[in-house]
Amino acid sequence: MNFFFEVLIGGLLSGVMYALVALGFVLIYKASGVFNFAQGAMVFFAALTFVSIMELGVPFWPAFALALASMVVLAVVTERVVLRPLVNQPQITLFMATIGLGFLIEGLAQGMWGAAVHGLEIGIVDEPIAWTMDNWGIGVSTFDLFAAGVSAVLVTVLAVFFNKTRVGRALRAVADDHQAALAIGIPLQSIWRIVWAVAGFVALVAGVMWGARNGVQFALTFVALKALPVLIIGGFESVAGAIVGGLIIGASEKIGEVYVGPLVGGGIEGWFAYMVALLFLLVRPEGLFGEKHIDRV
Amino acid sequence: MLYREAGQFKASYKADQQIFPIRQDRIAIGLILAFFYLVVPFIADQYWLQAIIIPVLIFSLAAIGLNILTGYAGQLSLGSAAFMAVGAFGAYNFMLRVPGMPILAAFVLGGLCAAAVGILFGLPSLRIKGFYLAVATLAAQFFIVWALTKFGWFSNNSSSGVITAQKVEILGYTFASPRSKYLLTLVVVTLLALAAKNMARSTVGRAWMAVRDMDVAAEVIGIRLMRTKLMAFAMSSFYCGVAGALYAYTYLGTVEPEGFNLDLSFRILFMIIIGGVGTVLGSFLGAAFIVLLPIGLDNLLPVLFGNVLPTGITSNLQLIVFGGLIIFFLIVEPHGLARLWQIGKEKLRLWPFPH
Repeated sequence: MNFFFEVLIGGLLSGVMYALVALGFVLIYKASGVFNFAQGAMVFFAALTFVSIMELGVPFWPAFALALASMVVLAVVTERVVLRPLVNQPQITLFMATIGLGFLIEGLAQGMWGAAVHGLEIGIVDEPIAWTMDNWGIGVSTFDLFAAGVSAVLVTVLAVFFNKTRVGRALRAVADDHQAALAIGIPLQSIWRIVWAVAGFVALVAGVMWGARNGVQFALTFVALKALPVLIIGGFESVAGAIVGGLIIGASEKIGEVYVGPLVGGGIEGWFAYMVALLFLLVRPEGLFGEKHIDRV
Repeated sequence: MLYREAGQFKASYKADQQIFPIRQDRIAIGLILAFFYLVVPFIADQYWLQAIIIPVLIFSLAAIGLNILTGYAGQLSLGSAAFMAVGAFGAYNFMLRVPGMPILAAFVLGGLCAAAVGILFGLPSLRIKGFYLAVATLAAQFFIVWALTKFGWFSNNSSSGVITAQKVEILGYTFASPRSKYLLTLVVVTLLALAAKNMARSTVGRAWMAVRDMDVAAEVIGIRLMRTKLMAFAMSSFYCGVAGALYAYTYLGTVEPEGFNLDLSFRILFMIIIGGVGTVLGSFLGAAFIVLLPIGLDNLLPVLFGNVLPTGITSNLQLIVFGGLIIFFLIVEPHGLARLWQIGKEKLRLWPFPH
């Protein structure tokens, strides 16, 4: 039983890491209805920029600020060059444009900083906590706990930002109804810039966490693929859904790996999460927290 | 002057319903077909046939398949490469395990395998829509590639699932040279493309378009949603499956499941978006564009910058240019290259007058 709980807790904590990436998708989808496939590339770009600046000898926080600034620039440029000309196009066109954007960002990141794998040390060791090991016989990684803490803080900050600030309320208004928001004088374009910048910030945090765990390398872009099942479980429009979906995916993936994997010869982590997500979809077609879609004829 | 329908009266239902109603179109199609059947085999060298024309044809077929699903029936799919894999491995296994199996029958059976798998993974489309469905089709993409790699039976227990296509032989004639393989591919693609063009304007094609435009309304006027959607998945996967079989047998010869990865699915999706969603012509234009673009960039970049660029930079530059061009095309012509032809057609009809 202890083993089961250890797997479960490990899964839940790694699910938090997925949720971090999924958050970026949710933010952009909520505000602009764009399914941003470039999120993975943004995570990679942010992490690579951050680690490369740090390797130039810049301390942690200034490097973080610089990387954040580069993400803001990226957001502004994206809004001007990609989103604005494509306004009012069908969603699939915007989706394709973000795939193109993903290629562009990947090429840009590697072109600027090189394709080498960078290690990233943020001062948190990835080893089990002695206390839980002694008392309950369950190994819990310090790093995972730290990541969970960071995401909790991030989600709280975002929740406060969305609910309490003027800009946040404008964001929610835009998410609700573009035209109504425009009609009452909310500047759509600056809202998009802000939300892409916030998504860039989330990508940076996610990139730093994932980079610290796996090294900053091209494979970071595939993290986005792990976040997609999280999205469909949680619903594209819900921040809370991203977190809950992340937990479900993380836990079921780890449990599946340990208990189902051996039955079919392993290697199931590539698709297991998607199958779990499909099962959820059959029951809840909009995800757990997604907006209920009502058809009117 | 040249392109005008004036005077072409349709005096019978048959004439009214033909696949290319404008005489100039018929002549043009005839000329294009004659060019590809009679001229290209003699003027194209091995490199052109093997590296450009055959893949363009095969990807056109796959793009038509995805276009049936996404363009006509409106169901976004990100798993087309996986269905190609099913087709390729299906055809391989029929050739391997059934003695005396004719190759064309194996292609069809491979396509049917893909269609069956397509129906299976199309089932969620009855419940879910839009991007949720797109992500759900990713499940097909990852699961199928994993299964083909994992279970040795599919690849006759070769390491990491690599299969080598058997000899392509029809009635004792072996298709070994690039030229003969090209002609075989061309015949299959022509037939299936014409069939697709016909299907799009038949009952089933119109039902797909009704479902695409609004599925509730389609249901109200008596279109059976389940049948129509699953039919679209089956047809689309069949086309992708045959394309996959051709990919293995006439293009590469040796394929592995990993070759049919998400990247390939995306490339097929790019083809239909850039070529034009919901047109057969667009599938060809898009496939030609996406296949030629990297080759063109490969040749163009050294010319522009000399050979001084290290390979790392060139490959990144390619990524940047590729991504940039996709965005550019979407902004300039969101309806794809096929739309350019439509605009040209309107202009030609009126030429030399402005209105």
